[in-house]
Amino acid sequence: MIRILEPGPQTTVQDLGRTGHLRSGIPPSGPMDVHAFVVANRLVGNPDGAAGLECTLMGPRFTVETPCAIAVTGAEVDVTVNDAAVPAWATVRLAAGDRVRVGAARAGVRAYVAVSGGLDVPLTLGSRATYLRGRMGGLDGRALRRDDVLPVGAAPLPVAGARPRLDVPTFEPEPVIRVVLGPQADRFTPAGIAALLGEAYEMLPQSDRMGARLRGPRIAHAAGHDIISDGIALGSIQVPGDGQPIVLLVDRQSTGGYTKVATVCSFDIGRIGQVRPGQRVRFQAVEVAEAHALRRQWQASLAAAVGGPVAAPPA
Amino acid sequence: MRFVPAGDLAVCVELGDEISVEVNTRVRALEYLVQQKGVRGVVETVPSFRSLLVYYDPDAVGLETLCDTLGDLAEQASAAVLPAPRTVELPCCYDPELGPDLEPAAARLGLAVDELVRLHAGAEYLVYFVGFTPGLPYMAGMPDRIQLPRLETPRVKVSAGSVGIGGMQCCIYSVESPGGYWLLGRTPVRLYDPGAPEPILLRPGDRVRLRPVDRATFERIGRAVEARTYRPVVVA
Repeated sequence: MIRILEPGPQTTVQDLGRTGHLRSGIPPSGPMDVHAFVVANRLVGNPDGAAGLECTLMGPRFTVETPCAIAVTGAEVDVTVNDAAVPAWATVRLAAGDRVRVGAARAGVRAYVAVSGGLDVPLTLGSRATYLRGRMGGLDGRALRRDDVLPVGAAPLPVAGARPRLDVPTFEPEPVIRVVLGPQADRFTPAGIAALLGEAYEMLPQSDRMGARLRGPRIAHAAGHDIISDGIALGSIQVPGDGQPIVLLVDRQSTGGYTKVATVCSFDIGRIGQVRPGQRVRFQAVEVAEAHALRRQWQASLAAAVGGPVAAPPA
Repeated sequence: MRFVPAGDLAVCVELGDEISVEVNTRVRALEYLVQQKGVRGVVETVPSFRSLLVYYDPDAVGLETLCDTLGDLAEQASAAVLPAPRTVELPCCYDPELGPDLEPAAARLGLAVDELVRLHAGAEYLVYFVGFTPGLPYMAGMPDRIQLPRLETPRVKVSAGSVGIGGMQCCIYSVESPGGYWLLGRTPVRLYDPGAPEPILLRPGDRVRLRPVDRATFERIGRAVEARTYRPVVVA
């Protein structure tokens, strides 16, 4: 098990999320950056969906009470074990009593910590993911606090030092986020759509796992900003009356009554989740078929990143 | 009928452009058929007033094939395919402390408070869908006589269990949240209980009846809910 010494501003337990409950208003939750999360799990020999930690801007300090392996991925952070630097995006073996510190994000927002065996908190509706607003899942439905103790599942120890084969993702200063226009693109003026696809939008600090709030040139409505409430897909870019976009994310409301100009593609959700407040993004439209092809590329790159023998059983 | 992509993992099937029992019934029937047939590639579905959002796995099914299948099912989607609805009875305390808009709403409608309560509690409500926050039912079924536009200035904080009206709709807040409905009362029953084995009480298609209770009964049921010994009456 691991014991939290300092939690960081918002560290939650996440797995790949719960499916099938949006029709009851319960979002999937899960990691914002699935790529980084899955790589971390594979580095420690876990199944992709094992529960780990998502840290926000600043990581936790914790001790491990049993020998295990960890991997830290996602945002660019310093990691130390007993005050000695260890690499991120790598398998790190720990002895009982080791103290781990995951530092502040220099680039990106969300770092992931996987622990061999996975965090063994109870399942809620089939998932260990924390849904903060709904106080569901994870550890009592909340972010971690000092002195929290998280049980870890039993697992063989992976070999230390294993690294993904591909380069560690870099964080661009102004990422281009791919979107599919719609479902209500026809409710906006041509100038509004041109603004969305031609201008840069700044990430606002009030963004969270529910939605990324952005500020930039007005995305003008052709006729009203209200629709008959309907389902909100992952990545929906909702535009209320003020013309400013909100990208709805893993902890989103299931339905809503504002127009949605476009939808961020699944493979770029993680990238938008790593955009820091004050940083700017641009949007680029792709057709659905192109988005599916890009998704397959993304899946292939993920397989290649950790497809090798990164998690061999202990020697 | 219209199929509108919502990104690379979802498609919105629009079955109409109005809030009506007829259109919503077809939406729920389409969802039911999708569930029953186990349509290949469908990950999950979200019904709302007039559309069904279908999340799919593009590795398992192409968008065109999926839309063809959904189109065929939509042809069969009618009330006839749906199972008989459940009726859920919820106690509701119409007390000005719990429903702070009860008196202003009655005044605005030109009704005595008792008459407003009688009309509101006398209706049978249909749950069109559940969403926005966990377990929140979008319901209609009120007499036209008690329809009011939503509050001009929404409240920042509405307690969970608050029963409100706005337009043709009646809503029960499932968690504490902001809200723009006129609050007439409150139910002690939890529509969302994250720690319970079944955290969500109401489902799309449920019929809901509100049973007026006095303050003492409200408090007593509230304690039983807290102790997890209270079960609302559900007639299947």
